[in-house]
Amino acid sequence: MRTPPGLAPEPFATALREFAGVVGKDWVFTSDDDLHLYQDAYSPFWGEPDERKASAAVAPHSTEEVQAIMRIANAHKIPIYPISTGRNLGYGGAAPVYSGSVVLDLKRMNRILEVNERNATCLVEPGVSYFDLYRHIRANKLKLWIDCPDPGWGSLIGNALERGNGYTLAPYRDHWGAHAGMEVVLPDGDLVRTGMGAMPGAKTWQQFKYGYGPHLDGLFSQSNFGVVTKMGFWMMPEPEAFRSGTVMVYRYEDLFKLVDILAYFENLKVMSATTRVESPLLFGAFKAPPPSPELAALRARNPGREEYEAFAANNNVPYWSVILRFYGSPKVTAAHWEYAREKFGTIAGAKFKDGDFYEFPLSEVAVNQIMDKAPLGIPSLEAFSMGGRTPTNPTPSNGHMWFSPIIPMSGEAVQECEKVFREAFKEWGVNPLGLPLPQLYHERTFFQIYGFPISHDAETNRKNRETFKRMIALAAEHGWGEYRTAPAFMDACADTYSFNNHALRRLQEKLKDAVDPNGILSAGRYGIWPEHLRKTRHE
Amino acid sequence: MNKVGYCSAALLLGVSLGTPVRALAADAATVEKGKQVFQTWCEACHGSGGDRPGTLGLEAKYGGKIPARLEDRKDLTADFLKLYVRNGFAMMAPFRKTEISDADLAALTAYLTRTRK
Repeated sequence: MRTPPGLAPEPFATALREFAGVVGKDWVFTSDDDLHLYQDAYSPFWGEPDERKASAAVAPHSTEEVQAIMRIANAHKIPIYPISTGRNLGYGGAAPVYSGSVVLDLKRMNRILEVNERNATCLVEPGVSYFDLYRHIRANKLKLWIDCPDPGWGSLIGNALERGNGYTLAPYRDHWGAHAGMEVVLPDGDLVRTGMGAMPGAKTWQQFKYGYGPHLDGLFSQSNFGVVTKMGFWMMPEPEAFRSGTVMVYRYEDLFKLVDILAYFENLKVMSATTRVESPLLFGAFKAPPPSPELAALRARNPGREEYEAFAANNNVPYWSVILRFYGSPKVTAAHWEYAREKFGTIAGAKFKDGDFYEFPLSEVAVNQIMDKAPLGIPSLEAFSMGGRTPTNPTPSNGHMWFSPIIPMSGEAVQECEKVFREAFKEWGVNPLGLPLPQLYHERTFFQIYGFPISHDAETNRKNRETFKRMIALAAEHGWGEYRTAPAFMDACADTYSFNNHALRRLQEKLKDAVDPNGILSAGRYGIWPEHLRKTRHE
Repeated sequence: MNKVGYCSAALLLGVSLGTPVRALAADAATVEKGKQVFQTWCEACHGSGGDRPGTLGLEAKYGGKIPARLEDRKDLTADFLKLYVRNGFAMMAPFRKTEISDADLAALTAYLTRTRK
C-alpha cells in the first residue's frame, strides 16, 4: 500500500476505511493499476523519480460526502487533491501537485442541476463536462450555447477555476469571468455559498455575481482554499446567425494598425470573438496546407523584410491575417463585416475574404460536417490532433505542455515578444512547437503560446523543462507573466509574481494557514504551500 | 503511467495478448449499452469527420488497409480494447474507473467486438 509522505501505514489504512464508509469501498482506489489512472498522462516527468503519484483516490457522489471526507482527512492529516474531470491535459492532469496526496475524484458528481433558458444561466457540479452540457442542451432543444475550451471532455468548473478560455463572445469566453455563484467545501468540512447563494432562498444566485460584502470567489480559483462542489455560469443565447471573414495585409508595418483596429472592435464589441494574428507568410496560417516550394525556400533562407514583402505582394501571401467572427442576425453580422472591411480597408492594400455563414439551429448532420466547432459553441477534441499522427507526422507525441505568457495587445508587444524568444531559442539551441503568434483570448491582452511535446525520453523532457523555466524567467524580465501552468512549473511561475518581496504570496500563505491550518488541501497548487511544507517545496 | 508504447502490427491486430478474447455472444442490451459508452467517451476522437484525432491518426497509420473508424473494425478484441482504455496511447490519455467503469468497459468491448470475425 502506498502512503502519503510522513504518514504510517496504519493510520492511513484507518483513514481509507473511514473514506470507504462514506463513499463505499468500490469508490476508494488503492491498487497500483487503479492509481496509474491518476497520473498525469501528459507528465513532463514521465518515468522519473519526481513523477507525481497519488497514494489513493476517493470518489464521492455528493457535497455531503465531500464534507465527510474533508473532516476525516483533517482528523488524520491526510493530504487531499481534488480533481473535477482530471483532463486538464497540457496544464496538468489527474495527478496531485504534492506527490502522495489522496486524489479526491469529483467525476461522479456530474449533475446538471439547473439550466435556465430564459435567463441563459446554468448550475452544475464539477464532474459535468462540456460534452455533457452540450448533450443536455441538444436533447432538450434549448436555445443556448456553451463557450467551449479545446478539450470538450473538460469540466466547466475545473476549466473556470483554472481561468481557462474559449472561442465565442468576450463575456463568455473568459470562463472564470462568466461564472456566477459557487458552493465550496472548506478544508474543515464547512460549507460556504458565495454571491447571492449566501442568502437562503435567494432567487438570483446564478444571475447577480457579487452578493453582498467582500467578493471572495477569487480565493477558490488557481488555489487551494476549498473544494468547489457547485458553480453557476452565464451562457450565451443561441444567435440567429454566425459569419466569419478574413482580413489580409501585406507589409510588415501593417501589423501595428491591424492590431489597433482589432482592439478597437474588440473593446467596442463589434467583433469580440476569439481570434489570433497569423502570418501566412512567415509561419503559415493555423491548419493551412504545406507552403509552396517557393515559400518554403524563402522561409529557409529567411531573408530581410523587404524580400519577404516583395514575395507577399507578388504571390498574394499575406504578411499578416486575422479571422473575424460575428454573431447576431444575418443582417447584423453582414453589417458588422461590412464595417470591419471599411475600417481595416484603411490599411493600404488590405484584402478580404468571406468565410463561413451559418443560421441556427443546425441539424446534427450539419454539426458533424463543421470542422471548426468551438466558435459555434460545440465541444470537440479537435485540438488533440496537434501532435497526433498524420501523413506528415508519422510518429505521434505523447502529449504536450504549453507556455503561454500574457502580453499587451499591441503590435509593438507582438514584435518584441517574437524577437525576444526567437533570439533566445537560437542562443539556447531549442525549437518549441507552435506558431509564435498572438492569440486573443482574454480581453485587452494577447497570449503568446509556445508548446513542447511530451516524450518518453527522460533527457528530452528534462531539457524541455529546463527551457520552459528559462522562458518563464525571460518572460518575467520583460513584464510578461504566465496566466496558468502545469504542476511542474507552478512554483517557478509564482516566483515571478514577486512585487514587494513576494507580498502576494505572503498574503496567500496567511490565508492558507487560517483556512487550512493542517495544510491538507492541494498542497503546492499554484505555488501556495502549507506552513509545514514551505521549506521543502518541490521542483 | 503505463501508456501503451508503440505497438507491433500483430498487437494492433489484436492477436498478441495471450489468448485472444473473442466476444462472447453478448446480449443486445449490453451491446446497446456499449454503443452509448462509445458515443459518450470515444466518438469525439474515433467517430466520423475530419476533426476526430483518433480516426485521423488511424487513417495515417493504416492508409486504408484497416478501417480508421473503430466501429468499422472487425479485428478488435476485448483484451486489446481494455489495454488501450486503461493505458492510453500517444495523445490518448487513459480513462479512470469514475469515467468508464469496469461494467461500462465490458459493454464497450461487447459493442466494438460484435462483428468480430
